[in-house]
Amino acid sequence: MSKKKGMSLQKKHSMTGWIFLTPAVILIAVMSFYPMIRAFILSFQTGIGANTKFDGLANYKAMLTDQVFLKSIGNTFLYLLIQVPVMLVMALILASILNNKDLKFKGLFRTMIFLPCATSLVAYALIFRCLFANDGLVNHLFVSLGILDSPYSFLTNAFSAKVIIILALLWRWTGYNMVFYLSGLQNIEYSIYEAARIDGASPIQTFFKITIPLLKPTILLTAIMSTNGTLQLFDESVNLTGGGPANSTITMSHYIYNVSFKYMPKFGFAAAMSFFILILVAILALVQLKVGDKRD
Amino acid sequence: MKKKIIALLLSCAMMATLVGCGAKEEAAATTESAPAAEAEAAAEEAAPAAAAEGENTLTVWCWDPAFNLNAMYEAEKVYQKDHPDFKLNVVEVPWQDIQTKITTAATSGDYSTLPDIFLMQDNAFQKNVLAFPDLCVDLAASGIDFSQFAAGKTAYSVIDGKNFGVPFDNGAVIGCYRTDVLAEAGFTVDDFTDITWDEYLEKGKVVLEKTGKPLISMQAGECDLIMMMLQSAGASLFNEDGTANIANNDVLKEVVNVYGELRTAGVLTEVNSWDEYVGSITSGNVAGTINGCWIMASIQTAADQSGNWAITNMPKLVAANGTNYSNNGGSSWAVASNCKNTELAFDFLASTFAGSNELYDNILPSGAIATWAPAAGSDAYGLANDFFGGDAVSAKIVEYSTHVPTNITGAYYYEARDAVAVASTNAINGADLQSELDNAQAQVEGYIGQ
Repeated sequence: MSKKKGMSLQKKHSMTGWIFLTPAVILIAVMSFYPMIRAFILSFQTGIGANTKFDGLANYKAMLTDQVFLKSIGNTFLYLLIQVPVMLVMALILASILNNKDLKFKGLFRTMIFLPCATSLVAYALIFRCLFANDGLVNHLFVSLGILDSPYSFLTNAFSAKVIIILALLWRWTGYNMVFYLSGLQNIEYSIYEAARIDGASPIQTFFKITIPLLKPTILLTAIMSTNGTLQLFDESVNLTGGGPANSTITMSHYIYNVSFKYMPKFGFAAAMSFFILILVAILALVQLKVGDKRD
Repeated sequence: MKKKIIALLLSCAMMATLVGCGAKEEAAATTESAPAAEAEAAAEEAAPAAAAEGENTLTVWCWDPAFNLNAMYEAEKVYQKDHPDFKLNVVEVPWQDIQTKITTAATSGDYSTLPDIFLMQDNAFQKNVLAFPDLCVDLAASGIDFSQFAAGKTAYSVIDGKNFGVPFDNGAVIGCYRTDVLAEAGFTVDDFTDITWDEYLEKGKVVLEKTGKPLISMQAGECDLIMMMLQSAGASLFNEDGTANIANNDVLKEVVNVYGELRTAGVLTEVNSWDEYVGSITSGNVAGTINGCWIMASIQTAADQSGNWAITNMPKLVAANGTNYSNNGGSSWAVASNCKNTELAFDFLASTFAGSNELYDNILPSGAIATWAPAAGSDAYGLANDFFGGDAVSAKIVEYSTHVPTNITGAYYYEARDAVAVASTNAINGADLQSELDNAQAQVEGYIGQ
């Protein structure tokens, strides 16, 4: 029996795979995982600026008694609970309408609904702020149509400010999710719909009995992505309302930014809050996966 | 077939870009090496000159080209008269970016990315020097006579009795009024000079009734006016020892009550953003404003209102025994610890921003009013300003700035300011003021305690 020279064919193959993977793995490890680990260590340190020392769970304890942070969690969850379901349902409805084979100018409508996604987050937030300003377009319209007697200060009222943030988010992200649904719908065989129609199913029945079950993986994906995105909401809070009035629209990421750069820099505290968001995202994604994955 | 053609075209395009990039890199490499070699040769020939040039150059970071950058360019010209070799490398960096860069440099302990001199917001001075003790150079050795600057202004950059900043632009608070609107309501600007907030409220109601215009607009959620009122009575959100002074601060309570009364009466109207605030003034929706004197630059953009504006001092608090003078905003020059040639930086600042009437005369047209007292004696400051009814506004403002009471910014200024903004907004909307202030106090103490 002669010893084989070098590696076996299988080993060679897997070696090639690893070589191709290495550059990406190194980049992700250095650019992403290393900072994450450092941030995790940082989250156990307290102190100002560069002078930090280990202080156990002090940051995590402080976080749970910080009224502004608790308020920002409340705000973020409110956005999440109202905006994400409304947005996904709207995206689903729009996608099934635009998936109709007989619809004319489909490309035009699809582009128009997707177009908000091409705008910069800061730019659209500023435009919404202008629209709802005291002397903005919306107030002008409402006053000239006689709906309001005098301009209403939308952004200085806690309730209306929240509504406007949700409206802005809907405008910006509905088209984005619609595109996922559209591509999901293209994968559903048209013959299934034809068969359903021959069996006498109404369009509503087709939607609930065929479209939704077959789109489940896509719906799950968009739900997880939207949840993740909403928990990290930053631009709208900073640029549209500035977190106000009286912190009633501030988001968790906005507060983390304030703690790191606007206030006395406390990076340990900021890192701890960031990890709190990470844990929240992980838990919510897990719940959604479990709920969505009913392989029975 | 079609797909194959497209695939082929795409791969061709990819190859082309790859090759293109490679070629560019090569080209860049050759161009880079050429000047380097030249520079080496040049350095060998004229080593002393090159070294001298490096020693005579200072890098400066500041924002606002028409205002701060312009001032630095003028300062360079003034200093070059006696020091022809001197050169200034002025870089425009917005304040938020300077703050981020400071934080990054200081946290990593590598100050080499910072310039020699940079401009710092007065309100952020205490925070940055206390958080990063190695950031700025103590200016004691600079020979600058800080007593020649307005005391209320200098106090921002004094930490533990040491001066860390050369005060620059004036933030003395002025009351600006539309004389034509006031005349409609039967008032002159004298009726708004040396008054109390109660009189301001009463007269404001008359103006609102007769002209339909509020006296003042303010940005919601920012407590600019509240901070100005506080300082006008010499009060702060912090005690001398750095502890928060919010819950039992009687001046603050009076201030929030006055602000609430103004807003409820409609004499004060709230807007959502800075642009809207300036817009409300220039479009003539309000009869005036109260702010740092730098607001004049924005007011004067409404050229059609020329001659219809007048300037006077702000109203005072009665119970707190306040003054008619305060300060809002402004910034100071700091020398970074990274500066290799501190002697040059000191001498430059001492003979320009802290010693040149000529400089302050030259930058006056841009709206930069000195906090350096000797500048006010210059003829340029006595000139009449036709926009403000022929008044010598510059001299007036310098005079105001000498009356401004000092206050304590504290390292946690922004935290306290935000907490008070929340408390006052809630209180004005009907919440109990004392419990709101208690919450604000607890919030700020939470930040300090961490």
